[in-house]
Amino acid sequence: MTTTAAGQTTGAEDNPLVEGLERLPVHPTALVIFGATGDLARRKLLPALYNLAHEGALPERFGLVGNARSPMTDEEFREQCIQAVREFSRRPPDEKVLAKLFSDARYVAGSFDEDSVYEGLSISLDALDEVAGLALNRCFYLSTAPTFFPVIVDCLGRHGLARREEAQVRVIIEKPFGRSLEEARDLNARVLSVFQEEQVFRIDHYLGKETVQNVLALRFANNMFEPLWNRNYIDNVQITAAEDIGIGSRAGYYDSAGALRDLVQNHMLQLLSLLCMEPPVAFEADAVRDEKVKVLRAISAPRPEEVDDIAVRAQYGPGIAAGEEVPGYLEEDGVPPDSNTETYAALRLEVHNWRWAGVPMYLRTGKRLARKVTEIAVTLKPVPHMAFQSPQMSTGVRPNVLVLTVQPNEGVSLSIGAKIPGSRMAIRTVNMEFLYGTAFLSQSPEAYERLIIDAMRGEATLFTRNDEVEAQWRICDPIVKAWESTPEPLPRYPAGSQGPTEAERLLIGDARWRSI
Amino acid sequence: MSTTDVIWSEQNTSPNAIEEALRRLVAECHSEMEQCVPARTLNLVCVVDREWSGEIANRLRRVGRYHASRTVVCTVEPRRRTIDAQATVSVEGDIRNGEFAGMRELVVLQVGKHHLAHLDTIVDPLVVTDLRTAVWSPHGHPEAVDALTTGRAGGAPIAQVVLTDAVDEPEVGNALSRACELAERSEVVDLAWLRCTPWRERLAAAYDPPARRHELHTLSKVSVRYRSDSLVSGLLLVGWLCAQMGWRPDQLTRHGDLLRGRARARRGEVELRLEPVDSMSTPGLAGVETRSDLGTMLALERGEGGLTARRREPSKRRGEDPFEHVWTVLGASRGEPGILGEGIRHALMVDRTFKPALMAARRLLG
Repeated sequence: MTTTAAGQTTGAEDNPLVEGLERLPVHPTALVIFGATGDLARRKLLPALYNLAHEGALPERFGLVGNARSPMTDEEFREQCIQAVREFSRRPPDEKVLAKLFSDARYVAGSFDEDSVYEGLSISLDALDEVAGLALNRCFYLSTAPTFFPVIVDCLGRHGLARREEAQVRVIIEKPFGRSLEEARDLNARVLSVFQEEQVFRIDHYLGKETVQNVLALRFANNMFEPLWNRNYIDNVQITAAEDIGIGSRAGYYDSAGALRDLVQNHMLQLLSLLCMEPPVAFEADAVRDEKVKVLRAISAPRPEEVDDIAVRAQYGPGIAAGEEVPGYLEEDGVPPDSNTETYAALRLEVHNWRWAGVPMYLRTGKRLARKVTEIAVTLKPVPHMAFQSPQMSTGVRPNVLVLTVQPNEGVSLSIGAKIPGSRMAIRTVNMEFLYGTAFLSQSPEAYERLIIDAMRGEATLFTRNDEVEAQWRICDPIVKAWESTPEPLPRYPAGSQGPTEAERLLIGDARWRSI
Repeated sequence: MSTTDVIWSEQNTSPNAIEEALRRLVAECHSEMEQCVPARTLNLVCVVDREWSGEIANRLRRVGRYHASRTVVCTVEPRRRTIDAQATVSVEGDIRNGEFAGMRELVVLQVGKHHLAHLDTIVDPLVVTDLRTAVWSPHGHPEAVDALTTGRAGGAPIAQVVLTDAVDEPEVGNALSRACELAERSEVVDLAWLRCTPWRERLAAAYDPPARRHELHTLSKVSVRYRSDSLVSGLLLVGWLCAQMGWRPDQLTRHGDLLRGRARARRGEVELRLEPVDSMSTPGLAGVETRSDLGTMLALERGEGGLTARRREPSKRRGEDPFEHVWTVLGASRGEPGILGEGIRHALMVDRTFKPALMAARRLLG
């Protein structure tokens, strides 16, 4: 069986020409970007479209319609698109492909709640169908502030743009998907009153990263890990998403979100659920997402009085980063001087199921930490009896740690004890390394390239389902509420450091935070 | 982009000495720059004539990002009796603090013609064990390819993949027969086949919308235009269509420059036509046109920024002219240097559609 470009499952004999092709055809599609002049569109979406076009991966008939508030002609919009690609594409553009890609791009100016916008979109989309001589699938990409998501979705529904008989209609929604459990539920209800769940593609761009998908490959394509992948052998799990930079020019967004909403609720819980899920029956959207949701549901939502025991927050103060003095969070441009938004969050969670009961899952993320690194570290329990105990025999042999690095040195590393060459039986820990960059010839596509093409194809495995979003919020919401109700100043950590010492109190037993 | 190299060379040397030197160079490079680690993707063994080795070196340098991790170039001098070797370990690009950089290893051997029949015994210690090995022999030397792809004394062969370009062969029939013979024991990656890939993708896409699927089974004519030295690419494309569609092709007949013939499909016959063109600067295909019993026509031609597609379909109203749509299917040309890089990349893949296409192409030639 194959999935067709239009998202239908058919027998392979229906189009025997697709067999063996590296790039499967994508049904002819028109993409509408709301917020087409914004930062995300310029830095990520338009360059991703170019790179797909460069590789011949876009649908053979492809139309682009941009919408934003600024008045501008089609020609001016095309020029903006071209400039964005020249500035931000991962490869220097081929000017002929670039010119052709945007040669028929259209622009509809206006606010997201104006009826005229949707009337204009409708005209442009019909015109693209006319030119193509067939009904194009339609994808609406909501690259806007989250407050506009329900407005746009409602308007698409009211103007009859949410469904068509001859082709598929899909909506792609950027994070954050709500700021609380209540908002996420409201938003889901609003979106699902207009679209069916299978039409909705909620982007978490972490899932588009090859190394994140490799968590599934590592676990379910290798027999050696599964026997160890449980409470009997695993001592603890640490998931780190550390950034060395500050908030840059994002003060407005960041101060209203904070580290927990920005990274933990979505990306880090995604990593946790991929790491802990049971093997899916098939690598298909709902089979994978069903298993991920089960993991999230097995994590108890903390009671208000438990929050201090399982969560730590902090803010970066002034410090030294890369040899330069840098300001603290409260001194950053655009941040209110009395802000108590956290720039660091650490949690200790537990997955209450047969496989994981009793294994602490440590999550931490922060800005202005010592180094940029995203990794999952799985620490195994020590051997039951260490025969190499004497100081002469061991130079600090530690339990095995399996580290899956998402960025920057994408790969997998396993620490093992090995004999130091020489006449004595002395042991030390060494690493077995697998690095993506040294083992494959094919280049990883940018996360957005993979996700845009998957959404056009109707392939939802790497997108977040409605119940998954709500399950993530169910865990984070009590922490957000507890933190919002305690407005005292936050602990501070020096910029460029390992984070706040307060995070140590989350650790159980011999566990230590890994060095960032 | 900067390159860091460490080099070793020796005259009248042996495979074991070269292997030992390589190990030492890799360790030296790693101890000097801890971030440098050996890449382990693919062994590529190239067998080239001494007088053309510079050209081959240039082609290998221009493959873009798809380099084999260890390349062993065997430069053939007809009368040479001894082996000279140079080994280089290099790290390309700026080594950024805190990030790893992959090392690549290049071994250049000077060998004699008489070494080729037993080249496997020379190359065996030089390739990284448990890694796929491809052999590319652009100047012929079939005995070297046979030595590397046939296991000695029932053992596993050194090379699992043969990289070839049937366009380089002077006689098309021989090229296809040799490819069929190699495909019996190895994976064959033919650059002539890879030049067809964009055309295959676009034909597959054109008939993929559900409303167009039925049209695929009503095709009545396929015309392929190719650069005059690239008949083999045209044959492979038509062979692929025959194999995938279950058509049984008859032998083509020559009418001047034109090759014509028929294939038997379930619904009836499909007319096949292959025609050379002179106006192309690079090898490969110039255009493909399909027609169906329903009166539809699809034509793909090389164009700026991708392929120019033209589709004609009859009007539903009697007496009206047919509709015609023209558009560009976007995609950047990889160019000839890029096609060798694609070949190297494909050496790590398995393409199950090549062999049936190759067999059908051979039937077309009779």
